[in-house]
Amino acid sequence: MFSFLWKGIIRDKSRSLLPVIVVAIGVFSVIFAYGLINGMMSNMIQTTANYQTGHLKVMTRAYNENRGQKPNDLALLGTDTLILQLKADFPDVEWTPRISFGGLLDIPDDDGDTKAQGPAVGTAYDFLSGNNKEAERIGLEKAIVTGGMIQHPGEIIISDDFARTHNVSPGDEVTFFGSTMYGAMTFSNYRVAGVVRFGVSMLDRGAVILDIEDARLLLDMENAAGEIFGYLPENHYDTKEAEKIKTEFNSLYVNNTDDFAPLMLRLEEQDLMFQTIALMDKIMIIMGIILIIALSVVLWNTGVLGGIRRYNEFGVRLAMGEEKKHIYRTLLGESLLIGFIGSVLGTITGVALTLYLQKYGLDYSGIMDDVNMMIDPVIRSKMTPSVFYIGFIPGMISMLIGSALAGIAVYKRNTAMLFKELD
Amino acid sequence: MKKIIGLLCLTFFAASTFAQDAEEIIMRVDNNLSAKSRIVESEMTVHGRRSSRTISSKSYTVGNEKSFTEYLSPAREKGTKMLKLDKEMWLYSPSTDRTIMISGHMLRQSVMGSDLSYEDMMEDRKLTDIYSASLIGEETIEGRVCYVVQLTAKVNDVAYETQKIWVDTGRFIPLKQELYAKSGQLLKRVVLSDVKQVSSRWYPMKMIYKDVLKDGKGTEWLITHIEFDKPIQDHIFSKASLKQ
Repeated sequence: MFSFLWKGIIRDKSRSLLPVIVVAIGVFSVIFAYGLINGMMSNMIQTTANYQTGHLKVMTRAYNENRGQKPNDLALLGTDTLILQLKADFPDVEWTPRISFGGLLDIPDDDGDTKAQGPAVGTAYDFLSGNNKEAERIGLEKAIVTGGMIQHPGEIIISDDFARTHNVSPGDEVTFFGSTMYGAMTFSNYRVAGVVRFGVSMLDRGAVILDIEDARLLLDMENAAGEIFGYLPENHYDTKEAEKIKTEFNSLYVNNTDDFAPLMLRLEEQDLMFQTIALMDKIMIIMGIILIIALSVVLWNTGVLGGIRRYNEFGVRLAMGEEKKHIYRTLLGESLLIGFIGSVLGTITGVALTLYLQKYGLDYSGIMDDVNMMIDPVIRSKMTPSVFYIGFIPGMISMLIGSALAGIAVYKRNTAMLFKELD
Repeated sequence: MKKIIGLLCLTFFAASTFAQDAEEIIMRVDNNLSAKSRIVESEMTVHGRRSSRTISSKSYTVGNEKSFTEYLSPAREKGTKMLKLDKEMWLYSPSTDRTIMISGHMLRQSVMGSDLSYEDMMEDRKLTDIYSASLIGEETIEGRVCYVVQLTAKVNDVAYETQKIWVDTGRFIPLKQELYAKSGQLLKRVVLSDVKQVSSRWYPMKMIYKDVLKDGKGTEWLITHIEFDKPIQDHIFSKASLKQ
């Protein structure tokens, strides 16, 4: 039976070529779109993790209640000990403290009076301890427009927008004015080390970057930090692993009623990430269903066309005594084979393109100037095991459904009329 | 008809009398609170969720246009100076040797993490100059009978569009203030107490400010020493004095 169907498909190309092409294109499209969306999602998650959430984040319970405001008065104290504990308990995770702060950046004239000033939103990273990959993680080196990285205490990096608006260059001295974690006024002079442009207007509008030790001095936060970020091995986010670490850590403080006890959150539990990921998952499912329906309709049409073209063949077979049921079954068998061939071809080309885009990516930075989301301007596809079946199964099913729908016509043939039709 | 006209006249007369009374009340409040010059030593205690801080300072004020404050303690704030000349304000920080102008939205920011904003610190005008008043009732606060007066801004550049103040009927000192935004939203509540006679006037020596939009227990402002109408040398109110 199989060899009969196979020979039919190979020898009569007009019977198989069009459906194979349609299935292959459909499967290829599904895999390409899936890989790309997966890559974009992964890109968005990783970028958000790098800048905002970490894969895991530790803060005080009180800080967490108002975390949108980054309230440094509710920050973690004794962070050195806490980080040591985290490193001992979860040695594979990279733990790094960060502080967010706000204030006013003031540019002095020659007399030390205000020449220009503007509001500034700052983030302090651990650059100078040399114990982590913070600069690499936030893509700082690539983002520097002029000047360089923070190499010494007392240096600051400012945004390109701020530098242009207020005519500030690397080497200039600026004063940051804000509040300490205890609410006291705080002032500090810094030398501008570099000017950065991340290509994301949210970051480029009045952002300043400091080394964490300078921020601690500025904000009176010795051995304190607003948040401790955790990054899983190879910077790869794994929900199950993150959940395991979170549960284990939080269980240590279950009986602690202090508002300032540490609390760990996973990436999805912050900044509406859970909702975003759930939404993206739903979009993927809807896309898959739409593609299956669209493919089935196209293949049904192809099947109908094939059925019309093979009208005489079915008539002869019926006239020769072949049962309608048998013809229908061979039609379905044929469609399974065609679906298989098309799906294999589509999967091979789809996977190849996905692998290519995973390595080289698509750079769309030119259209990102006004985008406020923290997304890497290079889209990369992402290869996952599901790429191998996400298009393959719909390809097989849609071909089968298409042929099954078209093949119903076989049952409508009137045997008594066959010879008249054949005449 | 005559009765109705009579009633209307009576109502109008009563309303104008109340308005006149209210204006007189806040004028007498101004007489207590405003002075040609003022030298104040004070302690401001800011209550945070974790701890409280007390900041002491000495201020020199002339009329409602010139003011100079030097922070005396704690160590981190010591030597920080604030100068207000008309509608401009500067801050001097000894650690950076910089004089920074405070303007725009910064004026609405909290001073030293307290419940007071720079705008609150700058506002020194007489109530009669910036608000029109109406008497809305009488209430008792801490055993003192108070007029309840509604103040509505009659100039544009005020931080609070309306205020409700409870004025001690005997000493003409507000014992409570509620400060409202243009939208009607209550922004701050001030409780004034420890009213003492200083020279010929009454003055509240303790004020508790509460920014109702902020968590926390509020900010206590305690006046430890106050002198009125003493001559103050003019050079104090210059930018040069900030660095001295």
